[in-house]
Amino acid sequence: MPAVSETRETVEKLANSGYEWGFETDVEMDIAPKGLNEDIVRLISARKEEPEWMLQWRLKAFRSWEKMEEPRWSKVNYPDIDYQDAHYFAQPKKKPGPKSLDEVDPELLRTYEKLGIPLHEQELLAGVEGADEARAPVAVDAVFDSVSVATTFREKLAEAGVIFCPISEAIREHPELVQRYLGTVVPQNDNFFTALNSAVFTDGSFVYVPKGVRCPMELSTYFRINARNTGQFERTLIIAEDRATVSYLEGCTAPQRDENQLHAAVVELVAMEDASIKYSTVQNWYPGDDEGKGGIYNFVTKRGICKGDRARISWTQVETGSAITWKYPSCILAGKGSVGEFYSVAVTNRHQQADTGTKMIHLAPDTRSTIIAKTISAGKSDSTYRGLVRMQPKARNGRNFTQCDSLLIGDQCGAHTVPYIESRNMTARVEHEATTSKISEDQLFYCRSRGFSEEEAVGLIVNGFCREVLKELPMEFAVEAQKLLQISLEGSVG
Amino acid sequence: MSETTQKAWTAFTERAGTRAALLGTQELPTRRVEAWHYTSLQPLNGVAWRTPERLSSARLTALLKPLALPEADGCVVFGNGYEDTDYTKLPASVMREKLDGHVPSEDAALKGRFSAQLNGALRQDGLHLRVPAGVDGGLVVLASVCDGQDVSVHLHHSIVLEEGASLTLLDVQGGEGRYLANPLFDVRCAKGAHFRHVKRQAESKEAFHLGIVSAHSEEHGNYNSFTLNQGGALARHEVVSTLQGPHANSTVNAVQLVDGARLNDLTSLIHHAAPDCTSRQTVRSVLSDAAQGVFQGKILVDQIAQKTDGYQMNQALLLSEKAQINSKPELEIYADDVKCSHGATVGALDEEQLFYLRSRGIPEEQARILLINAFLREAVEMLDDEGLQTYLLRSFPGHE
Repeated sequence: MPAVSETRETVEKLANSGYEWGFETDVEMDIAPKGLNEDIVRLISARKEEPEWMLQWRLKAFRSWEKMEEPRWSKVNYPDIDYQDAHYFAQPKKKPGPKSLDEVDPELLRTYEKLGIPLHEQELLAGVEGADEARAPVAVDAVFDSVSVATTFREKLAEAGVIFCPISEAIREHPELVQRYLGTVVPQNDNFFTALNSAVFTDGSFVYVPKGVRCPMELSTYFRINARNTGQFERTLIIAEDRATVSYLEGCTAPQRDENQLHAAVVELVAMEDASIKYSTVQNWYPGDDEGKGGIYNFVTKRGICKGDRARISWTQVETGSAITWKYPSCILAGKGSVGEFYSVAVTNRHQQADTGTKMIHLAPDTRSTIIAKTISAGKSDSTYRGLVRMQPKARNGRNFTQCDSLLIGDQCGAHTVPYIESRNMTARVEHEATTSKISEDQLFYCRSRGFSEEEAVGLIVNGFCREVLKELPMEFAVEAQKLLQISLEGSVG
Repeated sequence: MSETTQKAWTAFTERAGTRAALLGTQELPTRRVEAWHYTSLQPLNGVAWRTPERLSSARLTALLKPLALPEADGCVVFGNGYEDTDYTKLPASVMREKLDGHVPSEDAALKGRFSAQLNGALRQDGLHLRVPAGVDGGLVVLASVCDGQDVSVHLHHSIVLEEGASLTLLDVQGGEGRYLANPLFDVRCAKGAHFRHVKRQAESKEAFHLGIVSAHSEEHGNYNSFTLNQGGALARHEVVSTLQGPHANSTVNAVQLVDGARLNDLTSLIHHAAPDCTSRQTVRSVLSDAAQGVFQGKILVDQIAQKTDGYQMNQALLLSEKAQINSKPELEIYADDVKCSHGATVGALDEEQLFYLRSRGIPEEQARILLINAFLREAVEMLDDEGLQTYLLRSFPGHE
């Protein structure tokens, strides 16, 4: 390609890449009427063909939600949400059982394509045989507006004994497992949003890794919020039995739209003896336009419990999207010698607000936790790290190390650090350090003198700043995340 | 006393004797209030607080004795909230002001802070000093003691330092039995003024202490404080230091030394409201038995406060299975060209250090005391006044 036209193309791309993945797919939808009441909860349960116990479980959650108040303690501002002015159920109209991929709505396939998902799973969806052998295996449970449309690699997983399916299917097919674990890590009435989620969740993923099984591939789910005015209430439950190992990836992009959308997901992880769960997220939902209008409200409750001795749960997240992020992936370290980890990069630009962090609750002896949180604020955004480290009396020799670093780009943004440190055991050791600074002029100058544009230089420095977290991500995610960081910060310098 | 204060005071005295009399007109903050999440004020509720009466001079002398006040250029003593003028001595260069009927102007920095609201409602006249421009007021000792029996004392003090003035205040609190001490300090440091505020909170082990300081520093002004928090069943020392002129700086250091089943709390806000200011904070807590320590320290940097340099360190040593620490170091930053950091550590005495000392023939108990003192001394030694250091170190373990 001649240099000139290439340049022109690049410029055009840059100019339009405020939100690269802002598009809307036109797929026929089956939508419940607006509003939330017991009838809607019953309707969702009926549409999902759920057993009676599940309906009762939802109704119990709904009743406690009605009595709860929306939490307002976080450092974010948003207009009141009218919970009655939203659809709580939206499902792409499916022809019964798209067994052959020709039957899959071509619009849907095109959506995946536009997402730029680094997936050969698309080929799998398109029915290309043998594609699964050639590359690193990744199983995808694609959540397309609240309903898992396709799940790949199921057979290969089933061979290993791993169950990976939409949670609605698990409720029908594996009720004993779901009943045993659902709501045990995040109780229905844990907070306002978990109660709401418990009442109306439509789908999500369910993963069960049996004893001694190392899950043969990375499991991943792509979320999309697509229909206008549908809240997305995902519910994910991952169980790793004794000595089981699983790595789960979650990536999110959402189409551009005007009205704010609410997303209140709940993720529960259960790790038994010597089990290990790694949960990685790249979140890039629509952050709102340059004035901060629109954009997703991301109010998420993620929590894992290390139930067995020496269990390990690791959360890694790259948060670049959403108008508001309110999210604290946590670890309850109940097994002796269990380990909790939290690696986070949160980028806010324009009018985005993020209040995110983690909780490490040390209940047992010899438990260890590590928190590395990197926060980057630009534009007129506000970003807060809020975290809790608690050493309970039984947490003998508990260890925690926390590092929170904030980078400010521009003088209109804010970066805040609010750690809570509570220790009730003298042998436990907690260390916390936090810094806030701006991009060093020296580093910028150095990069500029090597011929980088200011924007490239900032991207480079920011990627360096986040390196400790990015290196925790699975390979394909790490690449995507680096690109995301760069895009998120566009227009923040110069 | 003004009519409004009088009214509040009257309301209090009229209700005295009934349950929650003092605080009936004020809602006691619950744990749901973020600022009081770790320190519950509910124990204040069960006491029939009452107006104190003046202490006899013999009683006052007895209460002052254990505080072993050092020699100084000036001295003012309050017993149960009443000044005993027999002790009063002030350097000629320092002006004493009476506030008769004067209501202090609204201080935005204290808005919504319970200790300040309580003092505002039940205010008693305290010490009001003014140090004229360029004058060094030397060392003034302010002692305030209370004698139990459920009295509540709400002294309101103010210290005004004019341009280039300086003063050191040794502020000592003590007493016997159960009482509530709720002193408030209003500090103004004009351009280039230096105020050193050394506080020793040595209230009785049954007492409640809710002390609060609001300090405003102008250009190149300096509020430098050190607090030894060691008494009280429940004691909070709260500092709001506002840096409102360029190049102002502030140090808010503290040591908390708590035993029994008592709770000591240090809460501070260092507010950078102007560019080029510097703040430093080192807080060390040593908690034994079933003691609870609380540290809540916030650095707030306004958008205008570019080139801020803020540093905060808080460390806690837990000496027993039942001791606990709750700590919340907080940064809230709206300016980009800043250098702010904080660090926090919690842990027990270092076994290796103990082993080293024991292997040199030092008995375990003595080795522990050595290590604890070394930990605390680092914070005390930041106070560049040997006399005051010696005075404070006397109340550390092994010095009794």
